[in-house]
Amino acid sequence: MSIVSDPTVRLRPDDDPSSPATVDSAFTIASEPSSRRLVVDAQNISLTFETADGRVEALSNVSLQIAEGEFVSFIGPSGCGKTTMLRVIADLQQPSSGTLLVNGMSAENARLARSYGYVFQAPALFPWRTIEKNLKLPLEIMGFSEADQQQRVERYLSLVNLTGFERKFPWQLSGGMQQRVSIARALSFDPAMLLMDEPFGALDEIVRDHLNEQLLQLWNSTEKTVLFVTHSIPEAVFLSTKIVVMSPRPGRIIDIIDCNFPRDRSLEIRETPEFLKIAQRVRTGLRAGHSYDE
Amino acid sequence: MTSSSLALPLRAPATLARHPLVERYAPLATTVLALIVIWYVAAVAMNWRLVSDGFEREEVPYTITDVLSGTMDAERPLLPAPHQIVSTFFDSVFGYPPLAPRSLVYHSLVTLSATLLGFVLGAAFGIVLALMIVHSRVLERSLLPWIICSQMVPILALAPIFIVVLGALGLHGLLPKAIISAYLCFFPIAIGMVKGFTSPDPLQLELMQTWSATPRQVLWKLRWPAAVPYLFASLKVAITISLIGAIVAELPTGAEAGIGARLLAGSYYGQTVQLWAALVAAAVLSSGLITIVALVERGVARRMGAH
Repeated sequence: MSIVSDPTVRLRPDDDPSSPATVDSAFTIASEPSSRRLVVDAQNISLTFETADGRVEALSNVSLQIAEGEFVSFIGPSGCGKTTMLRVIADLQQPSSGTLLVNGMSAENARLARSYGYVFQAPALFPWRTIEKNLKLPLEIMGFSEADQQQRVERYLSLVNLTGFERKFPWQLSGGMQQRVSIARALSFDPAMLLMDEPFGALDEIVRDHLNEQLLQLWNSTEKTVLFVTHSIPEAVFLSTKIVVMSPRPGRIIDIIDCNFPRDRSLEIRETPEFLKIAQRVRTGLRAGHSYDE
Repeated sequence: MTSSSLALPLRAPATLARHPLVERYAPLATTVLALIVIWYVAAVAMNWRLVSDGFEREEVPYTITDVLSGTMDAERPLLPAPHQIVSTFFDSVFGYPPLAPRSLVYHSLVTLSATLLGFVLGAAFGIVLALMIVHSRVLERSLLPWIICSQMVPILALAPIFIVVLGALGLHGLLPKAIISAYLCFFPIAIGMVKGFTSPDPLQLELMQTWSATPRQVLWKLRWPAAVPYLFASLKVAITISLIGAIVAELPTGAEAGIGARLLAGSYYGQTVQLWAALVAAAVLSSGLITIVALVERGVARRMGAH
């Protein structure tokens, strides 16, 4: 793979500085990705499967650039390739064509360099390990020292408010707590990126709101780049600095919306006109992609 | 007044029936009791002709009671009565020093050593086979049919061949028996462990991939612990099978010691009581072995967070 674009190039030419959320001063900091390093640089990524029913274009000519420190949501109906895109970036699946740079290297090298932590929809904890041991698992694999492992377990458990649960087994925790453990586990080795595939999809609304706030604080304090797949419009608008709206058959990007609320926003902003306006634009995008067909 | 005094004795047996000990052991005790009764009836029926023929041969007058009591303590009955088996069992277990050739303890130890060696060999072989099958499609296709074929040939037909071949190679005594026992018991372990090693969730495997874990780390940190429940399930099957294998291996070898040798001698000389006592010894041995595996399993499961 060769790098096609200059990493210093502006993210999107149509970045609109007069968008409704620009009033806050925090906006100007978050909206200057051009000065930041690109962590994802995808050019014309396509991915086709051969299935019994014929060819399926999971991704068609997807180009996307994500700068360091952004919170990017992928939204779209099922089958639009949002999860596939995340998996391609994670090198869990390989594109059929196109060039992809993750953290300045190929996706495979980025994976081998442990550039990202991945959070699945299910917590996927190891049931025979205590919470502490679950957190230590990636650290053991990556060869962190015993003392460092212990220190990190303490730090990241407190980061997700689970101090005191070290010796519990996963089945003793609720679904939301388990998912927080899996987030702590993804962060424990301090990767540059956090890839999250509908991490709160299986949780109820109240837990979800709560975790959204916590995730936002986490992102604010760690300054990680987060790539977040969801099918909830409010979740996407609330969390993101950038919303990638996707559409199925073939999987493609139909809109990229900048969304720059202050970094320390609270759930109340969901009632503001700016919020509703962006949510409306996402919905329009989804509708334009015929997402509401069927 | 009268109704409450009447109610009391009625309530008492109800609470007794609900006593935890009674609730737990009453069904088992009832079946055992029923089996013993059936056994006694069968012993009378099966030994009747034998005993009455004996009286007639000796031309002594006899009554039905004589025959009845004769069926209970015949020297070589077709079906020994339970108390005969029990007393012979206790005699041959406790009536001799443990290492005397007539002691069942001695024979059990001989069989047990072959069983344990065979079990260890079989378990190791089964696990290695499962590892190879899990890690290579080619090996799965080439090995699995042979593994299944190996269990379709009756061990009674194979055992003498094994003994002869291994004897020609200079192996005698314990090892050939252990190998026959291993031959039988590797199978459930191989099948169970293939299932166990492939049991991890796809998400867990992908997580390992995102952490760039080496195949060895995936094996030790994911596949092995995930396979542990399967391991114990197959070990329980395997340990009884390996005992059977060791006993069967003692039959064609004309072994002088071991439970198999006792069974063979018992059937040669019509010593049915001794035969049954040896069977009881085998049953005791095998339930003891299963219990040990189950206890280890419980300990391991507790450490692995089972609830």
